[in-house]
Parts: sequence; structure tokens; C-alpha cells
Amino acid sequence: MKKTYKIEVDCANCAAKMEEAVKKTEGVKDCTVNFMALKMKVEFEDGADVDSVMQSALKACRKVESDCEIYL
Amino acid sequence: MSKKQKKVLIRIIITAVLMVVFALLPVKGTARLLLFLIPYILIGYDILQKAGKGIVNRQVFDENFLMAVATIGAIVLGEYTEGVAVMLFYQIGELFQSMAVGKSRRNIADLMDICPDYAYLLTEDGEIEEVDPEDVEPGSIIVVRPGEKIPIDGVIIEGEASLDTRALTGESLPRQAQTGDEVISGCISMDGMIKIRTTKEFADSTVSKILELVEESGMRKSKPENFITRFARYYTPIVCYGALALAIAPPLVRMGLLHLTPEWTDWIYRALTFLVISCPCALVISIPLSFFAGIGCASSNGILVKGSNYLERLSNTKTIVFDKTGTMTEGVFEVTQISPAEGFTEETLLEYAALAEQFSTHPIGLSLKKAYEKDPDASRVSDVTEEGGAGVTAYIDGKKVAVGNERLMKAEGVVSEKTEEAGTVVHVSADGVYAGHILISDRIKKTAREAIAGLKKAGITKTVMLTGDNRAAADAVAKELNVDEVHSELLPADKVEKVEELLQKQNEKEVLAFVGDGINDAPVLSRADIGIAMGAMGSDAAIESADIVLMDDDPAKIVKAIRISSKCLRIVYQNIWFAIGVKLLCLVLGALGIVNMWAAIFADVGVMVIAVLNAIRALRVRE
Repeated sequence: MKKTYKIEVDCANCAAKMEEAVKKTEGVKDCTVNFMALKMKVEFEDGADVDSVMQSALKACRKVESDCEIYL
Repeated sequence: MSKKQKKVLIRIIITAVLMVVFALLPVKGTARLLLFLIPYILIGYDILQKAGKGIVNRQVFDENFLMAVATIGAIVLGEYTEGVAVMLFYQIGELFQSMAVGKSRRNIADLMDICPDYAYLLTEDGEIEEVDPEDVEPGSIIVVRPGEKIPIDGVIIEGEASLDTRALTGESLPRQAQTGDEVISGCISMDGMIKIRTTKEFADSTVSKILELVEESGMRKSKPENFITRFARYYTPIVCYGALALAIAPPLVRMGLLHLTPEWTDWIYRALTFLVISCPCALVISIPLSFFAGIGCASSNGILVKGSNYLERLSNTKTIVFDKTGTMTEGVFEVTQISPAEGFTEETLLEYAALAEQFSTHPIGLSLKKAYEKDPDASRVSDVTEEGGAGVTAYIDGKKVAVGNERLMKAEGVVSEKTEEAGTVVHVSADGVYAGHILISDRIKKTAREAIAGLKKAGITKTVMLTGDNRAAADAVAKELNVDEVHSELLPADKVEKVEELLQKQNEKEVLAFVGDGINDAPVLSRADIGIAMGAMGSDAAIESADIVLMDDDPAKIVKAIRISSKCLRIVYQNIWFAIGVKLLCLVLGALGIVNMWAAIFADVGVMVIAVLNAIRALRVRE
């Protein structure tokens, strides 16, 4: 399953770091961040609980870039 | 400017003033340090804070952390002004970057301002109600007033209007639409009020499809973008370890091996200069920004690019293969020549053909009826028989008339005249006597010739035309257009084979693009390196199967797309070389002690500003 989220982040490098962080989150199959459109597209593993996966994805993102936001 | 940006700007101004004033004050020692700490904290508190969080989260190569180390290092070495200045310029750079990105984001949003906010729904009791377009069901009737956007695809059931399609196609000439015409969302009704019966849901309408496509385009990344992401991942750590080595190794060598004074301060200062240039920001921002601007520029010209990787590939295109009918020609058949045999006039020949074909819905039949101009009199015709793809036979005023190809003439026992003309030849016989032939051909698009010439100029080395039409018709069009190669009488499967053949012949780095109308050439579109579908307004199939979609059916847009892509890629490579070049130069000069921290931060921020401004150039392409 794929879902697109609006995000808020200041710099392109941070956006790339967020992408990396979400990719490593458990339950996420793939993730692409479009810094220009401020959109994050997440592809989930089959049977993953989207809400809890995104919560931990957001936590992972906050670790690499403290003032980023994913609008869940 | 956003609130956040304004706040940063105010901090920048105050810091700059304080820095200059304090630098001129004749204060020495601890007092001077304390004075300089005021602007330093003011300009850098958020960076220091983030650096702290970075350490907690083990993000050592975070640019905030590196800036913090470089500036604190400078202050410890007693270079107060430099410590503050580095932080100041870093903030200026960040502010500029966020403003530039915000501006181009808005620019592109404006270009893509096609999304309707509301729809006027005509309810059953005749009232007009304002609703969200998403709530309108297919088959509803909506009202569009002059000056408003058509919110949902549908068919006009009442009224007529000139439609402004600029936002969709980049075409400034308005399009006329009247009752019975299909209209697509995103067009603006300029003068008339029209009622539309919707045929799709909002989510399936053209506008939604286009917006989705443009938003997704950033997800397919090009090679330069991937390169930059990888580069950034290694660049920062390498520079940091380089700085560490620079701070420790030379003084140790001097002490241990050369028995000189270690000069720790000097080498640590040089190492700190390294840290100042360790942020890969200029590259990381300017490359995607260039692609974003390029794709935005294309969209505003009615060219939808599904990803920056396609823009990149398009710029390397050397061979363009295109379909004839509907791509280079109008796909509308017209009677272009009437050649009666002896004893027949042009009028009777056309009349026979039109009467016999009057029930036909085939393009050939339609073009005959159109050329006849009058309404065919059905009472004069009887016993119309379709002769399985060869033509029709019918009795007209009691005479047996056959209208069709050579095969039908043979079956009728008539010797038809041989013709070498380009187009579809329709022979006519009456009571076993040859009455002559009518030539029906397709019209070449007005801009087609110009487009081929433009492609050559834009660096395309080979143009190839594929068509299912007969050889004479294909060769004539090919000659008129001046294409390099033409393959005629192909079935759809043959077209795929031809494209594969051409793909094999070309060298690995070259790219082959196929241009078609997207209706029956989906397999070829997907087989080619890049599939370009044309005239896609309202055609979902074309939008699905192609990589680049031309909203209208003007072949000149292919040239424009290529020009946009080459400009964009040129800018991308300029930025890559420029930014990496300046950074490496600064690193070398910094290590040699020729460049100080001031120059390093100037170079770093300067490169970023120039690269971003350069990237924004991709938004415009010369006419």
C-alpha cells in the first residue's frame, strides 16, 4: 500500500536524511521525499499497521532533523 | 516572506550591526569575548541548539554540529569576528535558500493553477447550488459561468463558449465549444454560460490527473539527483575526517620528524576552515530545484513530464520515431482529388460515391459525404451491401454502383486505372463500367514541417516515421516533412519490432523517443526509451502509458520539450561542476593556509546563491 503525506522541512539535505530514516523504519518498504513539493510518499510492507509505522517513522525523522514535520 | 524568515532577517541585521560596531571598539581581553558572545548567541542559538540535539541523536555529521564546531573553534582561537561572521553568513545563505525555494514553489503553483475550488450544481428543482467538485457525481448537470473554470470533465448540453485552454495546453488561442462537444476540466469559459453533463468523477477528471502527475514527478529521480544524494552522504564525513587529520597530523609531523615548532593554532585554524565548507547544501538544493523548475516550465507549456529522469533522458535523445496519422497529420481524411473516367463528370462520380457510402461511419465514407456537401437522398439508393473491407455495392437509380478498392473492381469485372498517388484511392464503377477514382488523403499538420526542422536544430540526428498506410502516401508525407527514414504498411506489432530494431542499432548512451497519439500505440510507447503521447487532452490511456504527455496535438511541442530538457540539464551540470569545483578549490587553498575562514564562508554561501539563481533559470525557455 502507498500513501502520500505532506511534510514540512527546511533544507534539501534534511529532506534526503528524512527519506533515509523512513526507509529504515520497520514496516516501510520504500519511501521517496519530494522536497520541492514537500510531499513524502511511503510504501508500506504488506500487513503493516500504517498508523504505528508512521509514528515511528516520524520519531526517526525527528532524530535526524529536529524541526521537521509529517502531517499524518 | 514568512514569519520565520522575517525573524531570521531581523536577527541577521542586528548581528551584522553589532559585529561591525564591536569590531571597531577598542576593548580587549575577556570583555571583548563577552561582547562578541552577544551577536554570536543571537545569530547562532538555534544552530547551537540543533547541534546539541544532533549529538544526543548521534548525528555527528549534521551541518549544524559542524557549524557549531567551526565557530566555537574560531572563538576559542581568539578570532571572535570570524566566529560570528561564519554563523552570520551561514544564516544568510539558509535564508536565501528558503526564500528562493519558496518563490519557485509558488511560481510553479501559479503555473499549475488549474484546480477548481467549487462547482455549481443544477439540482432537480432547478436551483443552482455551490458544491465541492468532489461531491459531484457523474451524470450530474453543472453550470459554468463566463470567467469560471470547468471543474469536471463532461459534455455540453446547453450553450456555447470560447474556452481558454492555456493553463492546460499553453496554447493562447481559444477553442470554440458548443452543445454536444466534450469539454475537459481546467479550461476557462471566456464568454458564454454553459451547462455540462458530467461524465466523470472529479478524481478521474483531467485536472486531477494532471495535478497528480505533476506532484508525483519529483518522485522519479534522475541520475544527477541520485549522484548528488550519494555525494552528499560521503562528502561531509570525508571533509570532517580531513579536518581532523589536518589539525593533528601536520603539527605532529613537524614536532616528531622535522623538530620544528608544532604551530597548533595555525593548523587547527586551517582545519576549522575545512568544516566551514563541509556542508553540501549548494549542490543538494540546486539540482532538484533545477529539475523542479524545468518540469514546471514544461507544464506551463502544456508538456507534462512524469519525472526528472525522463527530462534527463529527453535531453540525450538522438533518434525520434513518430507515428504518421494523428501525430504529423491531422488524422482527418479529406477528398483531395476527383478523377472521372471518360463519359463521367466529377459531380456524378462524387454523387455515386457519396450515395453508396451514405450509411457508412468509416472515415473514408464520412469524408466522401463531407465533400458531397448536399444531404444524400436515401430514396435513390437500395440494396446497399458492405463488401468486407473492400468497399460497398448499391443500386442507385437502378444502376449497380460499386465503390471501393481495386479488389472490389476486379470482383465487379472492371479494369481500374492504376494510380500512384499518395493517399487512399476509392474506385467507382457503374453497371460494370469504370467511372473513375477519388483520392482521399490526410492533411499534414501546419507545424509538422517546422517541427522536423526544429528537431534537427535541437540536436536530433535521426527522424523516423512509422505508419500503417500505403507506401505512396507514406513516402509523400515523408518527403514533404523531410524525415530521414520512413517505414510504411506496418501493423501495430510491426511498429514495436521496428522500434526494437532501431534501439539495437543505436549506441548505448543515445536515447530513442517515440511520439504517438497514445490511442493504439501503447505497446510502442512503453517499448521506446521515452514514450511521448500527443493530443492527450482527455485521453486517460495516453496519460497512463506515456512518460511525457503533450496536452495538445501540436508537433512543435516536441521541439519545445527537448529544448526545455537540454536547458535544464545544462544548468544541472553547470551547477554540479561549479559547486564541486569551488568547494574543492577552497579545500585545497584552505589546507595550504592561503584561504582564511572569511573567504571560505563567502565562497560557500556565494556558490549556493549562484547555483540557486542558475537553477531558477530553468523556469524559462526562449520562444
